[in-house]
Amino acid sequence: MYAQMVKSEATEEDPEKLAAFQARIDAGERIEPKDWMPEGYRKTLIRQIGQHAHSEIVGQLPEGNWITRAPTLERKAILLAKVQDEAGHGLYLYCAAETLGISRDELTEQLLSGKMKYSSIFNYPTLTWADIGAVGWLVDGAAIMNQVPLQRTSFGPYARAMVRICKEESFHQRQGYDLIRKMAEGTPEQKAMAQDALNRFWYPSLMMFGPSDKDSVHSTQSMAWKIKINTNDELRQKFVDQTVPQAEFLGLTIPDENLKWNEDKGGYDFSEPDWNEFYEVLKGNGPCNADRMEARTRAWRDGAWVRDGLMAHARKQATRRVAAE
Amino acid sequence: MAPSLSDVMTPDAAALAAAQKGEGRAPLEVGSPGHDLFTGLTRLGDNCLILGHRVSEWCGHAPVLEEDIALANMALDLIGQTQLWLGLAGEVEGRGRDADALAFRRDGWDFRNLLLVERPNGDFGQTLMRQFLFDAWHAPMLKALEGSSDDRIAAIARKAGKEVAYHIERSADLVIRLGDGTEESHARMQAALEALWGYAGEAFIADAVDTRLAEAGLMPAPESLRATFDETVNAVFAEATLTRPESDFAHQGGKQGRHSEHMGHLLTHMQWLQRAYPDATW
Repeated sequence: MYAQMVKSEATEEDPEKLAAFQARIDAGERIEPKDWMPEGYRKTLIRQIGQHAHSEIVGQLPEGNWITRAPTLERKAILLAKVQDEAGHGLYLYCAAETLGISRDELTEQLLSGKMKYSSIFNYPTLTWADIGAVGWLVDGAAIMNQVPLQRTSFGPYARAMVRICKEESFHQRQGYDLIRKMAEGTPEQKAMAQDALNRFWYPSLMMFGPSDKDSVHSTQSMAWKIKINTNDELRQKFVDQTVPQAEFLGLTIPDENLKWNEDKGGYDFSEPDWNEFYEVLKGNGPCNADRMEARTRAWRDGAWVRDGLMAHARKQATRRVAAE
Repeated sequence: MAPSLSDVMTPDAAALAAAQKGEGRAPLEVGSPGHDLFTGLTRLGDNCLILGHRVSEWCGHAPVLEEDIALANMALDLIGQTQLWLGLAGEVEGRGRDADALAFRRDGWDFRNLLLVERPNGDFGQTLMRQFLFDAWHAPMLKALEGSSDDRIAAIARKAGKEVAYHIERSADLVIRLGDGTEESHARMQAALEALWGYAGEAFIADAVDTRLAEAGLMPAPESLRATFDETVNAVFAEATLTRPESDFAHQGGKQGRHSEHMGHLLTHMQWLQRAYPDATW
């Protein structure tokens, strides 16, 4: 899940309008940008879509970290294409957010000032080549769990962006699994890298779904608005149930002594991640928070002259066109 | 788990397979037609590989999201072209080296790329100017290669040429917009041009290999591409309000395997996994 702990906004508006709006959502209608919507709905969506977009952008960094060291030309091309897709996802999502009345530049400023967040997962480092496989397999796998239901979310532009994103994410997950499978079936060193990647990415992947809904104050409103479809715990359980047999196939061990099939619930029992670590990462104390923000801030700052130059040229061209008429 | 199949790779079969691939065959003789062709193809492939690598270093750090996407696209095209050129080079060599073996297991002195493409990225202006100077040579080069007497070369050139037609359109357009943008963007583009101009000329200077390849009708004579290059860059610089440097001095050496200090660092990154774990497959 690329959007975590998204706070829902309370709404104080005309009760009749609110009831009519809710009726549209309950009837399964799509809300479009020009339709009336409660301010809370608008603001919550901006926060959620914006956080998702920022996650795609910051998410380029841990994977980009290995593009120049990819071990074959094909792997390099696959990774480049994947990171390019992520930039593309960022672009669709920023466009979806813009339909709600906020510009991409404003969203970027809010990311860089720390006012807006991105997913906690991207504050973990990619230390070996196997991590690129683990990111595709586990991180994209966890993201898909959340994004597939969001194809049916109530806000039209978000739902449509998600359709396209899901197709690409499923592809990325397969590629990631293929990469880590090659490692798991490879030399003893490669297998060790694959196991180490799973050890490091397992709990941070479980954290991607956010804390248990028992402790989540924002879920009820968002679920009523259909901008959140499933609870965090449902999705986390589904992810674990899907991933355990995949790890077994690879001959890798999930780093959880309490992992056990529970016949009664028809799913695995598993250990909770360390939620203190999660809150520390959100506060900025993850292993890579400072590096990620520094990289994004530098790209934005160093790129200012390029953006300014392009704008200036466009203005000159417009003036010349007018003068020529 | 799939049931395991019986192992047909007996030592005999392995030896036969290696012989068929040409492993253990003697290297091509320097100055022979095969060696010339191999050299010409590695020049083409190494340019794409090294420039693709440089461009990919931008991933996630570009000035604007659209450029992140465009730069990744350029890098992807160039890596794809590398696979074709180096794949053919390996075939011509006939010693069992594929494109990956050539990319990841040769040392610096075996690389045949232009010095231009190994120049560090610098600011976005330098990356862009490097791309433009390269594209302004690459596009007419591929056009000429479409007429190669070797069908395999002509086919790769046709495919790559479609991609590079877009590359030159993009890089020329951006050079114009930033050259004729703000005072700062103009100054940065002019500085980039002055820093890189001395690396633009190497592509047009023939050595004996180039001359023999041109005589055989395999590849164009390097100097034959200069007029088109000049026409392109002069037109773009004029519109971009940039001043072409007066001196046409050209640094040389890349095509013969004498590289800059930057090359070793680039290869250290690029080849590290393959070198550190030579028995692994990826």
